[in-house]
Amino acid sequence: MARVIALLGPQGPTPDVGEVLRDLGITGPVALVRAGYQERETEDSELIAALGVPVKNLTLHARGNEVFKHAPEYTTAYHTRQQRLRHMQAFYRTRLDGTEDAAKKISVRYVEPELLAQEEKVSVDVFRHMDNDHVERCQAVRTAFDKAWPADKVASLAKHRRELRVVMDGTSALVIAGGHVASLHNRLQMFDILATNGDKPIVAWSAGAMVLTDRIVLFHDYPPYGSDIAQVLEPGASLVKGYVVLPDPRRRINLDAKTGIQQFARRMAPATCVAMDHGARLIFDGDDLKFAKAIRLTTTGAAEADWTGEPSRFSTPHLYGVHV
Amino acid sequence: MNIGDLINGPRTKDAVDSFLADNSFPMVEGSSCTFVWRGQADAVHLKHWVFGLPSSQQLQRLPDTDLWHLTLKLPEGSRVEYKLEVVRNGHGEWIQDPLNRHLARDPFGANSVAAVDYQVPSWIHADPSAAKGHIDEIWIESKTFGRRGFGLYIPARFRRSRTYPVLVVHDGHDYMRYASLKNILDNLIDRLEIADVIAVLTSSPDRIHEYPDNERHAKFISEELVPYVQRLLPISDQPQNRCLMGASFGAVASLSTAMRYPGMYGRLLLQSGSFAFTDIGDRNHRGPLFDPVVSMINRYRADPTVVSEKIFMSVGMYESLIYENRSLAPVFSSTGMDVRYVEARDGHNWENWRDRLRDGLSWLLPGPFLHVYE
Repeated sequence: MARVIALLGPQGPTPDVGEVLRDLGITGPVALVRAGYQERETEDSELIAALGVPVKNLTLHARGNEVFKHAPEYTTAYHTRQQRLRHMQAFYRTRLDGTEDAAKKISVRYVEPELLAQEEKVSVDVFRHMDNDHVERCQAVRTAFDKAWPADKVASLAKHRRELRVVMDGTSALVIAGGHVASLHNRLQMFDILATNGDKPIVAWSAGAMVLTDRIVLFHDYPPYGSDIAQVLEPGASLVKGYVVLPDPRRRINLDAKTGIQQFARRMAPATCVAMDHGARLIFDGDDLKFAKAIRLTTTGAAEADWTGEPSRFSTPHLYGVHV
Repeated sequence: MNIGDLINGPRTKDAVDSFLADNSFPMVEGSSCTFVWRGQADAVHLKHWVFGLPSSQQLQRLPDTDLWHLTLKLPEGSRVEYKLEVVRNGHGEWIQDPLNRHLARDPFGANSVAAVDYQVPSWIHADPSAAKGHIDEIWIESKTFGRRGFGLYIPARFRRSRTYPVLVVHDGHDYMRYASLKNILDNLIDRLEIADVIAVLTSSPDRIHEYPDNERHAKFISEELVPYVQRLLPISDQPQNRCLMGASFGAVASLSTAMRYPGMYGRLLLQSGSFAFTDIGDRNHRGPLFDPVVSMINRYRADPTVVSEKIFMSVGMYESLIYENRSLAPVFSSTGMDVRYVEARDGHNWENWRDRLRDGLSWLLPGPFLHVYE
């Protein structure tokens, strides 16, 4: 049997993760990652109660801080990498703004509709190109860092990885909570947690679900400064292929904005865009989606609340095609 | 009963009493805003600071009564600060509107507030559930200005192991007193809308001379104050994490400091900047205090350069400085700086500046809201 991965919506005050563990037959102990909560990662009593199985919190955030404390050269290089990634994110974001402005300007020109429709596709292509380029460049930065700083070269990092292997050997599944998606992604990578977990089941939600996909996409239709455009943060772990996970849509996505949904889904195609509210679930067995309860955002601009997991098919397979 | 009913109906004392008892003032009906004063006087004037309208308008006495009234049309979203001038025996006395409990305070006292379809933002009030930062007062021996005090806002979850952006707030103590800055920082940080920030609250004993393009002020901020705070606390050394902010002459001080230290400040928040300039000659109608500003802005308009990375500008539609601010925004943009320019139906006052802080701070120093998915 291939590895089982369950992606869930936000847990909120009435978590359903315990129910999912029971449905999957996981009785524990489970390894818990709450690094997305940073300094609050050990405030886990309510979650542990909800899980209903024995839990070993891996405390990746604290372990990361320990590494930083004991490996100054590695720490400097790490922070330099992060600074570079932040700058690259800001520049990519600036380019997205420019492209969005251009797309808007072109879309209101007084020309034949057929040409406008063609130009709209070009605009989507430009977004896709920028997204791809950004993902590749971020990956290159990480690859270069990993090459320069292999774990065995950093004694404290190697020590924590060894300890974590021992801890995780005694667990039957990995549970990844949400929180700050970049912090979570970084700590999972730093300690190579997903590889260490091997083929054991993974249950993850919100930011935890995002980091398991091909691309981590940041989004918010209601930022405090008015409006914003979705942006790819970095490549994810790609354990779940072909899906973009968008947690908490009721708070973060204007599901009535047909044009916005359409543009976003076309930009992400052929990935299936899945908005996950509390109670949503995607259960994968290997690459196969076995169960789905979520909202699919389509290239026609629809938010399909009754989607049950049938695969997305596009009129043109690799680009901005319309769902058929 | 509205003012029309009173005008057309029996103008008895009881009718006036009932009119005053049944309504709140100023009376807002659609876009009409009716100001009312009752008493014996030779004349009553509405005094306001709405640029574009006569700054003094006479209230009419309702014949056979001691009631005075004036109706203005104000667009939706308008917020206007005003006083009433009551003239008796040739002497005018400026008073707050006794029928209006809504006051806006500023360093000169308080004004009455009239508003049409305007809501006080919820995020300016102390939120019991929000973690509270704290403020210290610190004194330093400045080589430039001698002994100077400043306030230091430290966010609630401050940790020495992290680095923080720094926000230098000109007239920072006034921002605290009149623009609810402490509540706003606490709330927006708690809601993840702005970064955990360390705010340096400066106040000048002579802002009229220190703020308009004064080399000594820029030196004090950039070579003494910021480095001092940087030694004291874990502050990021990246320009993206250094922000200067101010209103009116405080905005001028922020801009001129950034101009004198290019590359140091990556973020500017400029509110109702007193950016006076001339298109020909160097005489300006605002008086000699503005002369250094005019020289500075004229020079800048002739040769615009990058002075920061991102600039947030806000200004009230009802203040005369809207002309200068509207004009300057595209000049800033032309250099490649990322500029966000916001107008509001408000005036040159602290509550206007307060109401724009969420927009500005969340854009300049965004918190992790985009990254947090729980």
